[in-house]
Formats: sequence, structure tokens, C-alpha cells
Amino acid sequence: MHNVVQAVILGVLIGGVYALMASGLTLVFGIMRVINVAQGALVILAAYLSYALFSHLHVDPFLSVLVVTPVMFVLGVLVQLVFVRSLRGRDSEELSLLVTWALALGIEGVLSLVFKTTYRATLPSYADKTWTVLGYQVEFVRLMAFILSGVLLVLLSLLLTRTKFGRAVRATVQNPTAATLLGVDANRVQTLSFGLGVSMAAAAGAVYGVIYPFNPGSHYDLISRLLSIVVLGGLGSLGGAVIAALVMGVTEAVVAVEWKPTWASFTYFVVLIAFLIVRPQGIFGVKERAL
Amino acid sequence: MTSAGLARAAAFLAVGIAFPFVFPAAWLVNIGVLTLMYAALATSWNLFSGYTGYVTLGQVAFFGLGAYTEAIVFEHVAIGSGYNPFYVLPLIGTGVALASLPVAWIALRTRAMTFAIVTLTLLFIVQQLAFNLHSVTHGSSGLMLPTPTTFGVDTYDQPFYFAMLGILCVALLLCFGILRSKLGLMLLAVREDEEKARGLGIRVTGAKLTAWWLHVFVTAMVGAVWAYYLTFIYPESSVDPLVMIGAVLMTFLGGRGTLWGPVIGALVLVPAQQYMLIHLGGGEGYLIGYAAVFVVVLLLMPRGILPSLRDVVLRTRERRRTRRMEARPA
Amino acid sequence: MTATPLLEVEGLTKRFGGVTAVAGCSFGVPEGSVTALVGPNGSGKTTAFNLITGYARADSGTVRFAGATVRRPDPVRLSRSGLTRTFQQARIFPDLTLVENMVAAVQLPWTATFTRRVRRAERERALQLLDEFGIARLAEERAGNLSYGQKKLLEFAAVLMGEPKLVLLDEPTAGVNPVLVEQIEERIRGLNARGLAFLVVEHNMNLVMRLCDPVVVLAQGTKLAEGHPDEVRNDARVLDAYLGG
Repeated sequence: MHNVVQAVILGVLIGGVYALMASGLTLVFGIMRVINVAQGALVILAAYLSYALFSHLHVDPFLSVLVVTPVMFVLGVLVQLVFVRSLRGRDSEELSLLVTWALALGIEGVLSLVFKTTYRATLPSYADKTWTVLGYQVEFVRLMAFILSGVLLVLLSLLLTRTKFGRAVRATVQNPTAATLLGVDANRVQTLSFGLGVSMAAAAGAVYGVIYPFNPGSHYDLISRLLSIVVLGGLGSLGGAVIAALVMGVTEAVVAVEWKPTWASFTYFVVLIAFLIVRPQGIFGVKERAL
Repeated sequence: MTSAGLARAAAFLAVGIAFPFVFPAAWLVNIGVLTLMYAALATSWNLFSGYTGYVTLGQVAFFGLGAYTEAIVFEHVAIGSGYNPFYVLPLIGTGVALASLPVAWIALRTRAMTFAIVTLTLLFIVQQLAFNLHSVTHGSSGLMLPTPTTFGVDTYDQPFYFAMLGILCVALLLCFGILRSKLGLMLLAVREDEEKARGLGIRVTGAKLTAWWLHVFVTAMVGAVWAYYLTFIYPESSVDPLVMIGAVLMTFLGGRGTLWGPVIGALVLVPAQQYMLIHLGGGEGYLIGYAAVFVVVLLLMPRGILPSLRDVVLRTRERRRTRRMEARPA
Repeated sequence: MTATPLLEVEGLTKRFGGVTAVAGCSFGVPEGSVTALVGPNGSGKTTAFNLITGYARADSGTVRFAGATVRRPDPVRLSRSGLTRTFQQARIFPDLTLVENMVAAVQLPWTATFTRRVRRAERERALQLLDEFGIARLAEERAGNLSYGQKKLLEFAAVLMGEPKLVLLDEPTAGVNPVLVEQIEERIRGLNARGLAFLVVEHNMNLVMRLCDPVVVLAQGTKLAEGHPDEVRNDARVLDAYLGG
């Protein structure tokens, strides 16, 4: 029993970080119906940036978030302008899937070129610090990453509900044509939101490297998890993505403890497929019934 | 079947059969095998995704399943004269296709984007299974197949070449048959407006599952031949996302929904792929090069070679017609 | 009225979040009739259509068609048992030709899956129907190139290929010029004379009064009145619903 609760704690902590990464993914889908398959690669890119800042300039990874996030925001904006915006027409959704996949491959290639394929990890002095709370182990870095994710998610939801930009975003999600007629610059909203989605993941990526060792190929593992999470949560639903991320995180951790670690990531997919039998649209997704 | 179409098919078959005899060098036949393999994969991808409009990103999962099934079967059964692994291909194809139906039925109830992601998830599931089911698949150590002893050193690649050619012909025939039949009409209706198709009484689910079944049938057979060709398979190579991306890219390049598009795409890209492998190495340079080609194709020619060519031909005809009409005396 | 209605709807209810679109709606479509379903905007007409034809799931209520209770309305099954519909915004297959649009609507058994895409008998029947609707000359055109009115005609013609018993027409004359309105009215009359029943949602009151009997009036998701057009026209509650606050 003790092990299970320990696993649940672990699962919640990592689930929070996944939630942050997935939030950007699902937000971008809600706004422009684009699945950014490069999200995993961008997270890893951020992890490398943070690693480089740490190794060469001794910047604390959690502080590097302040640098990496804006940089990746700009990168996200550029990606959208160059690759995504030019896709039009009936197939634009599928094409965006493939183009962003190509982007992910490109990023993997460049990272391999620069950093080689050895596994890296950002290891500040407190990397091993563990607290014992009520008899359960809580790793300091995982807790910090979780808190960071939580704070950023709250900020994101505040941005969406309380600001003018947020209102424009929500209008564009619900009805792009009406939003444009009301004066919303749909193109600008899309570009900025894409940048926002990427920067969210980047923040998570900056601290991801402290928790897990990574190399350029790690993006596959990440994106497969993130995609399962956003589909489970319902494409476009932020709340759904958060819940799904926590569910998945806990499930993986519990399976790793109670059964075998090698089957842990497998459970993501099984849970997803099982859920889809009952509810094809995910937790908070909208059932597509075009009338 | 138009006489032009028949001529094209005959020409293709003639060239295909003659190739390994005209160019018997092992490395050339090897490229031929790979080209035919990708052409078959691309055609079978087109068979499902081109006609239904549901983009599947999990094709390589069934490629891997076909490969592993072939390897596992021949771990315990003798290969005889070396042709046995080819004879069981239809069985393997059927088996994997049947096994895929329950998952397909679940996946096809979701909308198009979710479907793409779910099929992608399948890819990772099968890869994980290949890693984890140690007792059956030997995990990351990989599986070995027996090497055929009767294929001769100089002509070793030939049986594999013809096996791939045969599968490609099956795939093309299936595509052609679907296009000309009621199934084709049903699938196009589904692609245009699935809900409306339902309202007209079209058995949408059945049509999608039929196209799916055929797609997996071909894909699994290709995987099985590939496994035998390499005689050694392991999880990362059998379920390789790059293979899937390659097949999709070739289909897009040649033209989705057309009959010969995927084949043309393969004819262009596989040699390019091999060239990149030799000159850029198998690592990061290859990935970057691949990604660049990919992006260029998708952004500049999203409809593909064949449809773009057709447009050019149609426009030239229109222009000629208008010019002729204008030139006539009033 | 002693004959069992062809279509019977009882206690149909559907809520969308806080809004009740259809609330305990009950009415019947007599055999061989042209029944109208009218009501002010927001009275639940199109939702009722969607519930009956399986495009939305009802929260409660029953639908009975041709004497049998329809347990889980599903568009494919209903269409194959003779209940079909058109849509407010005409839905056709834009990349297919008119003939292909028509032939796609022929309801075939499984055994015909691999037969010729457009068989001769089917093509002839399609052309004949297209001719009745006055668009046969466009038979090989791409359906997406048609004008809006022509698309409406095509949609109407196509659903007939399945040899239905009852056709639900969702605003067949909306956005259509008066000549076409006449043509559509004539088609409905002609088909009705041959025994085909219709349930028509309409806003064009003149058309409804000329063509339909009975008329079912919905207001706020439930039936207000049902009967001969003259009865309904003079019903105080109906006048109130349309003109009142």
C-alpha cells in the first residue's frame, strides 16, 4: 500500500509537468486545428538550451526558464509563420501533422549534430535532495517542477479568461468567422497562441532535463505520451488535458511499481484505447456531429 | 479500363520484370527491392487514407507485425527450399489484418484528427510490445530468420525483388478494383461528407473497415518479405516511424487518391533516400536532409506530381481551345 | 383517425446544457400525407428532425416508424428502412458528378460491394429522376459547380433513389427563388400522389397552407396544435405563439 501511495505521489508530480507540456498542444489545436507533433522535440530543445546554460554559464535550470521561455516563444512564432500559416485548403489539418513531424525530425537531427546522441542530464547541486513527508519520499526537483507547472497553468488560464487577448483566443476557438467580423485579427491570434503553446512546453522542458536524462531521440517518448494525453482529455480542452495528464502520470507510476517498469509507458496507450471505446471524444471533447 | 491505362500497366510490368536482368548488379537490385517495397507501402497507404480521407499514421505497426509474424513462424518451422516464407505471405497478411480489425473499429469511431493520433499511438504500442514480449520477440536482442540456401550468391536479391513486385501488383490491382467499384463510390462519399453518406443509407463503417482490412493485408505482407530479406529484425527497425513517414511522403509527392501517384513518389524518393544515406550517413545529416525534403514537398507541392501535371495538361488544353476559338473569323 | 400513423413521435425530449430544445414533443405523420412541422424560430423543429433521424440522441421519448419502435435511431438503419431526410443547407458530394451523387444513394446489399461503380440500370434511373427535377442536362457536371437551388434539387432527387416511404424535408424552399419553389412544390405533389409521405419543416406559410395536411405547430419545444391547416390557422394559441411576446 505504501508503495502505491508513493507511486501516486510520483505520478501526480510528473503528471503536472506533462500537463504543462500538453496544455500548449491542446490549446493550439483548439485555435487552429493543428497538431504540433514537434512539441516533444521543442521540449527537448528547451532541455538542451537549459543544459547548455547550466554547463557553460552555471545558470540554475529553474532560473533558466526566464530565458528559455521567451526564446522559445519567438521560435514558436517563427515556426507558425514559416511552416504552418502557409498551409491552406481542405487538407491543411493532415498536412500540418506531417509538416510538424518533419520539423521534429529536423530538430532531432540538428540536436544530434550539435550535442551528439549521448544522454545528458542537468544536475545542479540539489538534484538529489529528497524530503520525507509523512513517511513518503518527495524529490525536491520534482516538487519544484510540479509547482512551476501549476503556477504557469494558473497564469495561462488567467490569461485566457481575464485578458483581452484571452477573450480573442476563446472567440477564435468558438467561431473564427464571427471573431474576425468582431475585429479579432485571427492570424495574429493564431501566431501568438502557437508561440504561447510552444513556450509553455519550453518552460517544462527547461526543468525536464533535471528530472530525466535525455538525448535527441527522447522526443518520441514525449510526443507519444503527450498525444495520448490530449486525445484522452479531448482535443482542444485545457481542463481535459490537465486531468488526463494526471491520470496518465499516476497510472504509469502505479504500473511501474505494482507490475513492471517496462510496461509502464505501454499503459498510456491501453488506457487511451480503452477510454475511447466508451467515449470517442475524450473526457471533455466535443462529439463531432456535423449537422 | 482505357487502352492508355492498359498500356501504362503493361509497360510498368515489363520494365519491372526486366529490371533485375538488365541491371543485375546486387546494389541496383537492392535499390529495386527497396523501391518496390516503399511503392507497395505507399500504394497500400493510399488505398486507405487516399480514398477514405482518414489519415492513418500507424501503418508501420502492421509492417512490423508482419515482419515479426514471419520471423516467429520460421523460428520453429523449417524454410525448406527457401520459398516457404513466400508461400505463407497471404496467411500472414490475413492474420494480421484480422487482428487489426477490433482496434480499427474502435479507432474509426473517432473524428479524423483523433484517428490520426490514435493510429500513431498504435505504432508506439506495437513497438513497446516488440520490446517487452521477450519470450516471443526476444526484445531488443532481435530475432533471426534462417538464411535461404538455394537462392544463389549472384541472384540472391532476385526472389525478394519479385516478391515485392508481386505484392505491389496486388496492391495496385486492389486500388484499381476499388476505384472502379461501388466500394470506391462509397469511400469517396465518406471522404466528402461522412454524415451525409450515412443519411443516404451507405454502410459507412463497413466500407471503412473493408478498405482498412485490405490496407493492412498488403502492409503486413510487405513487412514479412522485408524481414526475410534482412534475416535479422529488431524492434526499432521493424517499427520505424521513418518508414511510415517515407511512405506517406511518397504518396503525397506522387498524388493522393491517384493510382500511380504513390509508385511515382517511390521511384523519385527511394533513390534520393539511398543517396542521402550514402553521402550524409545514417545519423543526423540524414534526418535533417529527410526533414528538408519533406517540408519542401508538403509546402510547395501539397497536391502531388500527378494531380499538378494533370492540372497543367488541362490548362494547356483550355488555353489552346480558347486560342483556337479566338482565332476563328467572326 | 383510426389508421396507425406512419411516423409517431412521443414525449421526445432533448436538452443542450441549460437549454431544453425539445420538451415532451408528440405528434404523428399519417400514412401518405404531406405533414407540415411549423413554428417560430427556436421552437425545436430542426432538433426534432435530428432526433427522429438519429443525428442527435434524445434524452427521452419514443419514435415509432412503420409500426415498429425505433430503439436507437441511426441514420443508416433508418434510411434503409425507408425514412430519409434532406438538410437545411443542401448537402451533396461536391467532387462527384450528379449521376454519381445519385447512384451513391442506391441502397445495395453487401454482395454488391465489388460490382461496377455505376451500373447501366442505375444510371438510367438516375437520369430519369434528374430529368423529373429538370437538371438532367447537368448529369456529368461536378456537383460542387451547381448553384444553390440546383444543389437543393439534386439533394431531393438523390434521397429518392433509396425508394423511401417517408422523406423529411428540412426547409426545402429556404433561400430559393419563386420559380424553384413552384417546381419543388410540384415535385412534392407528384411524388405524394404516388404514395410517398413527407414531413416538411417550412417557414413559407402560403406553401404550407396550400400543400400540407395535417399541420403540426411547435412552440418552445412542444406541440401546440395539430390538425387541418384551416383549424390551425385560426387557433388562438397558434396566433399567440407567432405574434405574441
